[in-house]
Amino acid sequence: MAKRIDVSGLSAYYGSHKAIDDISMTVEPRSVTAFIGPSGCGKSTFLRTLNRMHEVTPGGRVEGKVLLDGDDLYASGIDPVNVRRTVGMVFQRPNPFPTMSIFDNVAAGLRLNGSYKKAELNEIVEKSLKGANLWNEVKDRLNKPGSGLSGGQQQRLCIARAIAVEPQVLLMDEPCSALDPISTLAIEDLIGELKERFTIVIVTHNMQQAARVSDRTAFFNLSAVGQPGKLVEIDETERIFSNPSVQATEDYISGRFG
Amino acid sequence: MDISTKTATAPPPPPATTEKKRATSGATRPGDRIFLGLSRGSGIVLLVIMAAIAAFLTYRAALALSDNTGNFLTTFEWDATAVPPKFGIAVLAFGTVVSSIIALVIAVPVAVGIALFISHYAPRKLASPIAYVIDLLAAVPSIVYGLWGAIVVAPNLTGLYSWLDTTLGWTGVFEYQGGAPRSLMTVGILLAIMILPIITNVSREVFLQAPKMHEEAALALGATRWEVIRMSVLPFGRSGIISASMLGLGRALGETIAVATVLSPNFLIGASLLDPGGGTFAQNIASKFNEASEYGRDALIASGLVLFLITLLVNGAARMIIARRKEYSGANA
Repeated sequence: MAKRIDVSGLSAYYGSHKAIDDISMTVEPRSVTAFIGPSGCGKSTFLRTLNRMHEVTPGGRVEGKVLLDGDDLYASGIDPVNVRRTVGMVFQRPNPFPTMSIFDNVAAGLRLNGSYKKAELNEIVEKSLKGANLWNEVKDRLNKPGSGLSGGQQQRLCIARAIAVEPQVLLMDEPCSALDPISTLAIEDLIGELKERFTIVIVTHNMQQAARVSDRTAFFNLSAVGQPGKLVEIDETERIFSNPSVQATEDYISGRFG
Repeated sequence: MDISTKTATAPPPPPATTEKKRATSGATRPGDRIFLGLSRGSGIVLLVIMAAIAAFLTYRAALALSDNTGNFLTTFEWDATAVPPKFGIAVLAFGTVVSSIIALVIAVPVAVGIALFISHYAPRKLASPIAYVIDLLAAVPSIVYGLWGAIVVAPNLTGLYSWLDTTLGWTGVFEYQGGAPRSLMTVGILLAIMILPIITNVSREVFLQAPKMHEEAALALGATRWEVIRMSVLPFGRSGIISASMLGLGRALGETIAVATVLSPNFLIGASLLDPGGGTFAQNIASKFNEASEYGRDALIASGLVLFLITLLVNGAARMIIARRKEYSGANA
């Protein structure tokens, strides 16, 4: 169910502004790949091209190819709605639907995809909440609104919602940046479990986090403000943090700039 | 690093003299005092005006009601100048409520549709001209709507009404005898056009405020545009749509001159909404007030009091609907 991502020659624009330039990389299935780099280097933009969320922004457009097990997400005739059903996403700020109960939040994606019997739905919701390590905390209040949970719980609820539809890939855009250290730890543990089943790509500003959770790390940089962001290198996380092949990566990681 | 620069540049804490304390405590600064007085004063004035209106309506109404020989609530007659006077509001209450409900039933779906189109579907180039035209609708004086309704709209509705009569005439509600349909239905249609701008504008503002992060959440799950609207925009805008509708309903209930121009009134409650007849509170007051004696005016004021109460009830009901869903409202996000 987890799929490999092959990106080649990908550039993304906001109107006439080029945000990322000519990025190519491969993401292995059942692995965690972390994107690090200074603010504005285009790592979030790049992440959003992987499920065609970038083009939702007014003026947003993309050139290049993103292959999911060989199928180009940007081929003509591909419906972005279907892409987003196979590539799930978790956002920076926890965003459960405030008008829905915890149960309905997790079931939201399933209900979009088709009709389920009540029993099936119960089963998938329970499985997804267990998968997000949230079941024990919410099993007695599934009909209460999701907005009543703590920030960390809300984020795990969003992860449960994303994995309920069994996506091929799970994208996470700074999923812990709005959370306290304990909730962050819970999410990081969860990422370790989820990679058994999903291909995971995570954008993070926290380099220790990248080192803790990821198998491979990609470093993005931009030459100057206003210039498009570029992929500097992608390698085994261990190597990036001990002996990167590019000087700029080492400077960034050791805190000499950025 | 942030903290160290802050402490370095922050001014040393001011000496705690009594003068400094008074200056920072707020209410004693002249500007604050004036503003406090102004805002508190406005609040009080508002309450006083409301109380004065209620007292005036109640007092004059009581004078009229004490001499009324008919049943104020059920008499189908308005003979306030006769000796003894005999009048009742049944027809007016029916006409007011029915025409306003017709207006809401027609206007709310259309207004929500236009608002969604402007906020979520239309390209920007198209959205602002449409919004502008809707605003223009609100600027048309109601007498113009009345004249247009009586001269243009009503005669052109005969075809629609004949069709309704042949298909739904058996219900009684849609029976149509023919002739100029200056009826409650026509009034309702006209009111719908008149309240369309306010409902559209308020809903549009609310839809535009729907949090982007919830729209993105829906999109990322693979929702189509309509599903995004259904999952994140409409639930968020729900209480806004209700308040917008209530604003529109308030206007429809109280609309006077357009109704008085279009409706050909009588003091009967007919089963049919398409045939002429009926009346509304505001229309009845406007058509009778100038010729009415002191006594007749008190009777009209009594009917005004009822309209006032209906409006209060409508507002209260709207607030209850909004409050009931508070726990789930988007404002908690």
